[in-house]
Amino acid sequence: MEYTADSERACGPKEIRNTTCYMCACRCGIRVHLRDGQVRYIEGNPDHPLNKGVICAKGASGIMKQYSPARLTEPLRRKPGSNRGDNEFEPISWSEAFSMLEDRLRSIRETDPKKFALFTGRDQMQALTGLFAKQFGTPNYAAHGGFCSVNMAAGMIYTIGGSFWEFGGPDLDRARLFVMIGTAEDHHSNPLKIALAKFKRSGGKFISINPVRTGYSAIADEWVPIRPGTDGALLLAITRELIDQGLFDREFLIRYTNSAQLVNNDPDSSEYGMFVRTEVPEEEGCFDPQNKLWWDRHRNSEVLTHSEGADPRLLGEYRLGDGTPVKTAFQLLTDRLTDYTPEWAHGITGIPADRIRRLAHEMGVTARDQKIELPIAWTDVWGKDHDHVTGNPVAFHAMRGLAAHSNGFQTIRSLSILMTVLGTIDRPGGFRHKAPFPRPIPPCAKPPRVPEAVRPNRPLEGMALGWPAEPDDLFVDEAGEPVRIDRAFSWVYPLAVHGLMHNVITNAWRGDPYRIDTLMIFMANLAWNSSMSPEKVRDMLNDRDADGEYKIPFLVVCDAFQSEMVAFADLVLPDTTYLERHDVMSMLDRPISEFDGPCDSVRIPVVPPKGQCKPFQEVLIELASRLRLPAFVDKQGERKFRDYPDFIINYETEPGSGIGFLSGWRGKGGEKFMQGEPNPNQWEMYEKNNCVFHYELPRSFQYMRNFNRGYLDWAQRHRLIRYAEPILIHVYSEVLQQFRLAAQGKTQTRQPPDHLRQRVEQYFDPLPFYYEPLEAQQTDKQRYPLSAITQRPMAMYHSWDSQNAWLRQIHSHNYLYVSPQLGHKHGFADGDWIWVESPWGKVRCMCRFSEAVEPNTVWTWNAIGKAAGAWGLDADADESRKGFLLNHLITEELPSKIDDRPISNSDPVTGQAGWYDVRVRVYKAEQTEQAETSPQFTAIGAVAGQDARRSRVLKYVAGIMRDKTVAS
Amino acid sequence: MTQLALVIDLNVCVGCHACVTSCKEWNTSGIAGYLSDDNPYGAEPTGTFFNRVQTFEVGQYPDTQTVHFPKSCLHCEEPPCVPVCPTGASYKRPEDGIVLVDYDKCIGCKYCSWACPYGARELDEHQKVMKKCTLCVDRIYDESIPKTERKPACVNACPTSARLFGDVHDSESEVSRAIREQGGYALMPEWGTKPANHYLPRRRIEVTIHDDELVRVDNPLKKEIDVGPSGPVREQTLDDITSW
Repeated sequence: MEYTADSERACGPKEIRNTTCYMCACRCGIRVHLRDGQVRYIEGNPDHPLNKGVICAKGASGIMKQYSPARLTEPLRRKPGSNRGDNEFEPISWSEAFSMLEDRLRSIRETDPKKFALFTGRDQMQALTGLFAKQFGTPNYAAHGGFCSVNMAAGMIYTIGGSFWEFGGPDLDRARLFVMIGTAEDHHSNPLKIALAKFKRSGGKFISINPVRTGYSAIADEWVPIRPGTDGALLLAITRELIDQGLFDREFLIRYTNSAQLVNNDPDSSEYGMFVRTEVPEEEGCFDPQNKLWWDRHRNSEVLTHSEGADPRLLGEYRLGDGTPVKTAFQLLTDRLTDYTPEWAHGITGIPADRIRRLAHEMGVTARDQKIELPIAWTDVWGKDHDHVTGNPVAFHAMRGLAAHSNGFQTIRSLSILMTVLGTIDRPGGFRHKAPFPRPIPPCAKPPRVPEAVRPNRPLEGMALGWPAEPDDLFVDEAGEPVRIDRAFSWVYPLAVHGLMHNVITNAWRGDPYRIDTLMIFMANLAWNSSMSPEKVRDMLNDRDADGEYKIPFLVVCDAFQSEMVAFADLVLPDTTYLERHDVMSMLDRPISEFDGPCDSVRIPVVPPKGQCKPFQEVLIELASRLRLPAFVDKQGERKFRDYPDFIINYETEPGSGIGFLSGWRGKGGEKFMQGEPNPNQWEMYEKNNCVFHYELPRSFQYMRNFNRGYLDWAQRHRLIRYAEPILIHVYSEVLQQFRLAAQGKTQTRQPPDHLRQRVEQYFDPLPFYYEPLEAQQTDKQRYPLSAITQRPMAMYHSWDSQNAWLRQIHSHNYLYVSPQLGHKHGFADGDWIWVESPWGKVRCMCRFSEAVEPNTVWTWNAIGKAAGAWGLDADADESRKGFLLNHLITEELPSKIDDRPISNSDPVTGQAGWYDVRVRVYKAEQTEQAETSPQFTAIGAVAGQDARRSRVLKYVAGIMRDKTVAS
Repeated sequence: MTQLALVIDLNVCVGCHACVTSCKEWNTSGIAGYLSDDNPYGAEPTGTFFNRVQTFEVGQYPDTQTVHFPKSCLHCEEPPCVPVCPTGASYKRPEDGIVLVDYDKCIGCKYCSWACPYGARELDEHQKVMKKCTLCVDRIYDESIPKTERKPACVNACPTSARLFGDVHDSESEVSRAIREQGGYALMPEWGTKPANHYLPRRRIEVTIHDDELVRVDNPLKKEIDVGPSGPVREQTLDDITSW
């Protein structure tokens, strides 16, 4: 056999098609090579702005996802007489499935729409699922954010009007110092890898702060190990040192943040802790009216902020003309930081005080002395012309390591304030926004305020998810009780802007706040790795009332793959893979925008759906049309949209608004963008352009967008925002203070129920503060001295890739990584079977010694462990015999109750799941114990329509040799 | 004489395995395929890969380095696998230095894998032939592929561009320059195999802050402190106490 290029060309008919990857949430452009209709090769699209031709291990293994034995291929109904979890189904037709759903949902909608709950995983179609829920009339809708990183979104958006990942990120093209904290191997995937490599090659210094050194941290110039959940203490101590040394950007803080604004300092006033206002505007929209005060040094008296010629004080305590005592917001911050010394932080984080000081000095001096001046003229929103854009080149990136703690919101506020003190927001080399961000603080969308927003046969009044700006924006009844099933936007989790998906099953099962009828889950594995306490959740899903009816009466699961959750469904709807469908990465959801301007993208099917698979989007549109939800039918009540592609082209947010799911090639001939009439050829235009629309803003609109007159006007003209008003950075959060004042009974707004007053008062602090995560506060740390955390490996996306024959060879099972000191102390060796135990459960697993982990921390890869037989794997697969799930150690609810009602193990501000707060101990398993993980679950088999043909050997060759493959 | 090779930059490799699976997907359906997988969905799955990433730790906590180390056939200039082959199946191409296996001649005797000090060869238990990295010989000369993409699949895939590809005998090539300027090294040179593939070492950037950088005339705190006359002091001073 000779190797020649011709050999490849001699094979069957070839075709190359562009679409967008979905092996994780990163959304890279891909070129899919087909041979004889089979997937031969998937590579990165070099012309795509996000990944510029590269691909990751997951993306390059899409073939094995497409031909996975876990694929569901037909609608299934649970077999009469079988229990949930038995995984016993009988195939039914789509027509049966639809009429079953239609009847049930119609009767719920006619009576009490909130009895229908729709919760989705990381689906990238929240604009559509949210629209469906709103049109249906149920408030019980959310996606996965509550158990992912809502703290990151909320903490940053309530502070700087934007956040990491989809809505902004570090500008590593120009940064000189990059600090990554609480980020492991993902969020963002390829773009961050591309940027990191460029940054390293340009000679910048990369510092990683993380309990574990893997993945990205491996190539850091400095690794700073930290105890989990203590990042807030570190960030506050660094900020203190920066201010102490004068290493802050005074001009930025004064002009672009609320730091110099005067705060009422009269404890007896109902306005205590609020900014002093010169006048109250007649109508307040969702923007900060420019009616606050500075203290002018020259006149030694108060002046309106941004007064021409004023020289405001950043620090100090003053008395207004009317006698009101005031302090600047920055003075309050400085007062707050007094006790947060590096020595104090050392005791909490484990990082020596000198090192904390040095980190602060490196950040502060780099920001000050390596300033960037780009010759870009711009005008600020107060009319001042600037002949250049300044950058202080210190960039940060953070993700779930900060977010997934019950103190995460305040930690992320601390990070946002540190980034602000350094003067790095939307500036070169610092943090950069991505359209449609920045948004007002907080964004305009609001949840409904009263239970009457939910009415039979009517759409929900308000948005199912939104951004409360004050206590009156909460979604509660007169007694202050929640209206949503997950208790989001109630006094327990007032700023739960992404909902609390992780509590839905428990709440519905318990009937607190109420029972529901139908729970529809799309693409989330709540019977396994997406739940805290999964064993309890599995029991609840299968629990019945005395009359034999399930406590959650009807459970619909839509997914492309068999999973632990699918096994519990009453009705299973087989979704397509990403290669089989249309999708949009919409400006109404989380687009793929770049720093330089808005960008959205699409998926276009490259292979036909397998079996009876139907995209979930089509399911929603079919159901919405049958139920005659107003947005989906015309005036006569007739179906408006043929299918999902037709919906994407023709749907407008209101008739004639010109705003739809896609922002590119709008207008009849595709001549408009952002806003314009529907274009019948929009899909083709995306297809011709690498499935991407990218508008590059003029350079003068690309920076300082919170306060950039040109940008804000542009954004308003293109309907991205309603108000072209400045978005001042909230170093001091008046929003939080309003909740605190309500809790203190000082204001006329809605009041929390008495039993929650203390909680709201404590955690709604307008200044950042550190507290130990709630679970740790309630744990015997003598008995459980270690923190246990997970990281997501780069070659796996949550539970998704154990079904992937190639990727599972990289991680077929996981170990608990521990410091060798622990092994020596407890008498076990590298590779031994050990028990890891928390107050809530214990897991038997294998250990690996590692020098790359903070010694008080143990960790493992997330979601490698599987229930026996799930995901198309053999019952004796490594994933279920040697792999394990840390979730069994994590409690969904805290041991303490408030007013005798359970409290979620979540952040008290946002409801973010406190995944990484668990404390554990480890000890050696007995010699006599079985060498397999514990707990074990009864093995399940394949369902109807799943490819049960099992070859012991896989010899995948696309197309020409398809008879030799298992994929034929 | 041309010697094609990979140069792998350990300074930026994050161990993501993109090269591993891109190689697998290209080659299993390519001319060197298939790349079989045993127990693909069962216990102890194991398959043929031309390229693997090994991850190891160096040093003790807290001064630990985590190193991701991608490894494939090094396309040695003196390949020990070639002379030991009894059938001439293992050969080194004179035109570009790629070491290949002719499956038609290979009898699966494994002599070559014993001779290879780098463990770069894997016997396909089903085809009973020795398989290994071909530098994607069925891509790099394929004129139907755009010129800029005529590179091994692993090179195109790598998100950190840690993998460079080119002629190490051409002193002006990107790979030669990288080896020359960034301390590129070959694995186990003492074996005399002269591997064509090279690795670039970790490089550490440090920032030094001098004490005087913290003492500056433009310290913004000075704007917050009042200096200058503020009228007479009312409390006692030396003026009230003594006459000298």
